[in-house]
Amino acid sequence: MANVPVDPSIVASCRELAADIATDVQRFIDAHTTVGVERAVARAYGVEGADDQGTPLVNTLVDRYRQDGLLSKGISFFLGSAIARGAGSIAEAAESLAYGRELDRGGDVSPEQARAALEPHTRAAIARIDEARSLRMANRERLGTAPSPLKYVIVATGNIYDDATQAKAAAFAGADIVAVIRATAQSLLDYVPEGPTTEGYGGTFATQENFRIIRRALDEAGDEQGRYLQQTNYSSGLCMAEIAWMGAVERLDMLLNDAMYGILFRDINMRRTFVDQYFSRRLVARSGMIINTGEDNYLTTADAVEKAHTVLASQFINEAFALRAGLREEQMGLGHAYEIDPWIENSFLFEIAQAQLIRQIFDRHPTKWMPPTKHKTGDIFQSHVHDAMFNLVGIATNQSIELLGMFSEAIHNPLLMDRYLSLKSARYVFNAARDLGDEIQWKPGGIVEKRAKQVLDEAHGLLERVRDDSIWDAIGQGAFGDIKRTRDGGKGHAGVVPRDREYLNPILDVLEGGR
Amino acid sequence: MRSKEQLVTAYGDRDGDGMMQLSFVLPVSPSPRAREAAKRFAEVHGLREPLVTTMEQAAEGYSYFVVYGRTRHSIDLSTIEVPEIGTKQLSRDEIESAIKERFGRKLVVVGACTGSDAHTVGIDAILNYKGYGGDKGLESYKGFEVHNLGAQVENEELAAMARKRGADAILVSQVITQRNCHKENAAAFVELVKEQGFRDRVLLLLGGPRIDHKLALELGFDAGFGPATKPSEVAGFVVEELAKRSRASSL
Repeated sequence: MANVPVDPSIVASCRELAADIATDVQRFIDAHTTVGVERAVARAYGVEGADDQGTPLVNTLVDRYRQDGLLSKGISFFLGSAIARGAGSIAEAAESLAYGRELDRGGDVSPEQARAALEPHTRAAIARIDEARSLRMANRERLGTAPSPLKYVIVATGNIYDDATQAKAAAFAGADIVAVIRATAQSLLDYVPEGPTTEGYGGTFATQENFRIIRRALDEAGDEQGRYLQQTNYSSGLCMAEIAWMGAVERLDMLLNDAMYGILFRDINMRRTFVDQYFSRRLVARSGMIINTGEDNYLTTADAVEKAHTVLASQFINEAFALRAGLREEQMGLGHAYEIDPWIENSFLFEIAQAQLIRQIFDRHPTKWMPPTKHKTGDIFQSHVHDAMFNLVGIATNQSIELLGMFSEAIHNPLLMDRYLSLKSARYVFNAARDLGDEIQWKPGGIVEKRAKQVLDEAHGLLERVRDDSIWDAIGQGAFGDIKRTRDGGKGHAGVVPRDREYLNPILDVLEGGR
Repeated sequence: MRSKEQLVTAYGDRDGDGMMQLSFVLPVSPSPRAREAAKRFAEVHGLREPLVTTMEQAAEGYSYFVVYGRTRHSIDLSTIEVPEIGTKQLSRDEIESAIKERFGRKLVVVGACTGSDAHTVGIDAILNYKGYGGDKGLESYKGFEVHNLGAQVENEELAAMARKRGADAILVSQVITQRNCHKENAAAFVELVKEQGFRDRVLLLLGGPRIDHKLALELGFDAGFGPATKPSEVAGFVVEELAKRSRASSL
């Protein structure tokens, strides 16, 4: 085996440190809610639609209660109270709460009465997640999936109908997982657009209807190809909780979902992100989807040799947060990347050492191996070779999910031909080196072993510092991705609300295991 | 005066052979007819004796082709004029001492990825300490005060910050290029700076993978920087150009 020596006591210590770091934040999470969480709850109860300006009803509803300082009781309380006082349906309740002339303060209904009135709706919400999960699992069982690494490709035309065509083409060419890249600005929108969309810069909007369109295309492609095709999208940004709900009920298989990505790379407020990621992951845990974390991004802003350990440290932290949200290790697609300057001597050995280290430490996790991007230029021929070396590390270290590199990286979003050739290269390398990892041993004390040890030691050191400083301050000092953020800074801070003593969220209660 | 004609054509292994390779997709399934279509497609692009070396099904109803051929075309180099950034490359020490001697203060540089663009790789490479390709960013110079506003900054916000900090130069980075949004957004920024009345007090630089000096000038910027630009090239341009302008205004 191509194993590297890993000191289990250091790994155990890393996990303890990460647990301390996450527990500190969890205290904050358990005392707060956000407009994003409450909108996701309203959607789960069946609040749907948008006004003629395109503002979703969940936004009008939740914003009204936030502005009046009542959101701390939870939107569930007001919905339940309206039902308890005779509203005929959730839709009727939501519309009167959102648009009624006088703000409905809940009357004299108690939180327990509101909970009781919501009971059938709470059960229906959870049943929607469970039914989608069962159908997804049945389809996977029926059609079967490919051996790892699963080949993951992106489509990004801006038009959901073109995306559906491209997704089917990718399936034909051998893809196992299709991601529809989001329009670049969507992570900073504090609402989820409605309906099918045909215009978007840099990608296509994530909407519930767009999820359905791609799911349908991939289901068709799966039947045609006799192979289950997985769908993924982004539960990140200011609407991560709502998108987790949509993904759960529209049978997505994976969601990009990271405890810290939005803070670092989209300048979203820390408090907002920590609370949102928790609720989104509770939904993901119930649905059985796999999350994809974004540590690979650290190496696009920071140096991939000097800062390799920040990826590993962050993976321990993402794992600790995910465990606190009820995810199983088998749902944690921890991300890492092949981003070292390819012209550095022995860069390939450093890459393989780091990838193997992560594979061994997170042995039950569906690790996600990300391709080179930072050192890609417009030289597509060199780029194709670069990606082939990346593929070789992917197969030799048996990564679970591999996002395929594209030779046109740094030029344009992948064209049909780019994706075809990328899949062809991956098919060749994965097949040609299928058992390479089982056949080789590293030279004791050699470059690969030393590199793996160094990265683990440095990750441990960083986790100690983050634990001592708290994650809040560590991020303030640029511990991850060389990016600095403050506790009160960033977008979406106004949407964070302390929970009242009587805060009501029956859906969260079920997701947390029936409190 | 007309300069002498200077024809060039593609080079394979013999002077003037015109050898080129093409790859493309046609929306047809592979077949002998599809192969002939690919050959004629190459011919109408000016390739003589095209050889279809690959025809593979890339998706249902789509074929991928690789074609070699000899081009009929050539270009007269003597007719080409390209605006080039005229400043000479300065070393780090030259830049530092030029700022000290000519200005006696730090030069203020404000930069951002504007509009919906979230790709900070370029602006970070130029401004952040780390730099790019072993060439440290403007933050690492004693002579620059750098404000990197990061991703998805609105034009209004960038202009406001530039005025607040008294920017000597503003760097705009545009990576996303779908439907030419980079051009529209960049040109809108120049207009905004003009409207706000400080266009003549600030250098405007544009950068990105699809940007070149010519395009930047067309859009109203003072200079454009494309892929693989080193931070020291940008630093050198800022210092030289500002020095030139301060000389001109003191005359």
